[in-house]
Amino acid sequence: MSEVSSVLIETRNLTRILPLEVPVTLVEDVSLSIDAGQFVSITGPSGSGKSSLLYLLGLLDQPSEGQVFIDGQDVTKLSSQDLCRIRLKKLGFVFQFHFLLSEFTILENVRVPMRKLAKWPEKEQIERAEKILEDLGMEDHLHKHPFQLSGGQRQRVAVARAVANEPLVVLADEPTGNLDTKNSDIVRDIFRDLVRTHRTTVVMVTHDLELAAQTDRRVHLVDGRVVS
Amino acid sequence: MSTRNLLFDIAMTHLYGRARQTLTSIIGVALGVGFFIAMAAMMEGFQGFFTQKIIDVSPHIVMEDEFRERPRQPVSWFFGYEGTAISLQGIKPKEEIRGIKNAERIINTLSQMPGLHISPTLEGQIFYRYGSTDVSSSLKGIEPRKEKKITKLENDIIAGQLDDLLTHSYGVILGSGLSDDLNAKVGDTLTGISVAGIIKKMKVVGIFHTGITELDKNVSYSLLKDVQVLQNRANVINGIRFALDDPDMAEEVSRQIEGQFQYKSVSWQEANEGILSVFVIQDTIRYATTGAILLVACFGIFNIISTVINEKARDIAILKSMGFTEGDIQWIFIFQGVLIGVVGMILGWALGYGLSVALGSIRIKMEAIITTEHLYIVYDVMHYFWGGVACMFAATVAAWLPARKAALLRPVDIVRGASG
Repeated sequence: MSEVSSVLIETRNLTRILPLEVPVTLVEDVSLSIDAGQFVSITGPSGSGKSSLLYLLGLLDQPSEGQVFIDGQDVTKLSSQDLCRIRLKKLGFVFQFHFLLSEFTILENVRVPMRKLAKWPEKEQIERAEKILEDLGMEDHLHKHPFQLSGGQRQRVAVARAVANEPLVVLADEPTGNLDTKNSDIVRDIFRDLVRTHRTTVVMVTHDLELAAQTDRRVHLVDGRVVS
Repeated sequence: MSTRNLLFDIAMTHLYGRARQTLTSIIGVALGVGFFIAMAAMMEGFQGFFTQKIIDVSPHIVMEDEFRERPRQPVSWFFGYEGTAISLQGIKPKEEIRGIKNAERIINTLSQMPGLHISPTLEGQIFYRYGSTDVSSSLKGIEPRKEKKITKLENDIIAGQLDDLLTHSYGVILGSGLSDDLNAKVGDTLTGISVAGIIKKMKVVGIFHTGITELDKNVSYSLLKDVQVLQNRANVINGIRFALDDPDMAEEVSRQIEGQFQYKSVSWQEANEGILSVFVIQDTIRYATTGAILLVACFGIFNIISTVINEKARDIAILKSMGFTEGDIQWIFIFQGVLIGVVGMILGWALGYGLSVALGSIRIKMEAIITTEHLYIVYDVMHYFWGGVACMFAATVAAWLPARKAALLRPVDIVRGASG
């Protein structure tokens, strides 16, 4: 919770080329740094490599060249075991699709990352999960299953799950892509709130320029390169 | 620990989600294990019965009055090295007086060997005539006192007694099949005609039943000295019968005896080579059959887990993006296979036991290699153990193959495509 803005994510000459027969460049020579507590949007036309960049930042994909630093640590050469550990403790993901486990209740879904991390005892995990869901206005649905919820509600649960382990960064890939305007606004407000009250960094990929305009910083990609 | 619980919870939702398919896989495994146990119980029951009877009823080694190789001609003996161009034609083997020479000396020498029991015998073909029936039999001349030491013939006597041979002149003990063929009972007097042409009245003093059809139908026993008279070969023996404290040593000891005295010495394994090799074929078929059932069961496990993995690709992707390791993902699916294996194994044990009991209670009158009225069943913990080991190994491999695939799944490939 330092008051001085510190660099949380940094990339140096990040390049990702798919080694196909005709190699496809997804991300090319991206160097950027994202400060802690920033709400950053990544925009660009489809196929511009914005999701690919997000996956590289989220350690779901390995760069062909260049480096990624998270919280000051060069993660490029880490083992997959170590990457898992970093994702579990420091990162949270929200995708366009909610990816909730359909057999688990809402509360259980939010608890999944907590149980994996095993930092808090069970009772505390439940209390924390309830608190997070309450903050997102889901207190009436704790014991429902995902199929009983609307699209917007599911996405809120997905956000709740992403922040369950108090990550440093939430990485969101088109989180409002399937939502109507009203629900989009709710999700946006939730992210804003996260940044403001918890100083969580949020990096969000979106093609919605209006939504992007409301973030602290916009990174615009064209053909895998940062143009602004 | 809490990770394990979580993985367990996830795995269980997968199995519950496909309850019917899971149940089918479990039944498949149970059938494999159950049939393995039941077939092992039945076949080893039969084989064990047969082998035990062979060991009990017949000597473990028989020394015969012949040689494995024909004696070499003096000329080839003289020039007898490899490559010599000698060709002898029209040689007739010399007709020798049969019988084991120096039998006394052999018996005395071998009686020094610990764990070896010896009984001399004279064996020859004989015809029995009773009423209008003629039946040929192999008549073995024995000494009851020594016979008791080398076989359990006494235990198989169902009418009369072994010692009655001593109190009747030309008494004979018939196999049960033989007595049926002759329609003769204890106390009846047969006419015995030996190959030496000597005819004697012989009194049936006992009947034995071993269950091994070949013995019951062909063999009869008399006193050694009576047989010597019948065969017109006073003081001659043509066989020495041995029993060992450890029947498994028979092959080795028979080689040793043969090496020492040249006379062909046949172990019970060699004498029953035919049937023992059938056992090997039987076992092969048994393993192949039960292996096939288990293999099919494994395809069931492989199938269900592959299906679950395809269906749950999104769950796997999100779990991996959350920080679940490849090992965690693999564990979820291997656990499912192992669980199906364990439940199937336990049901299979119950099924195998039930089948064994059922098979054992069936009454079948059978007169083939053995004569029996029911199947012989053995209950051996090792069948259950090995059935379980094979089942768990197969189930784990069947689960491991798709689980490996799931573990290597890249979340990016799935999140990228998913919408809705």
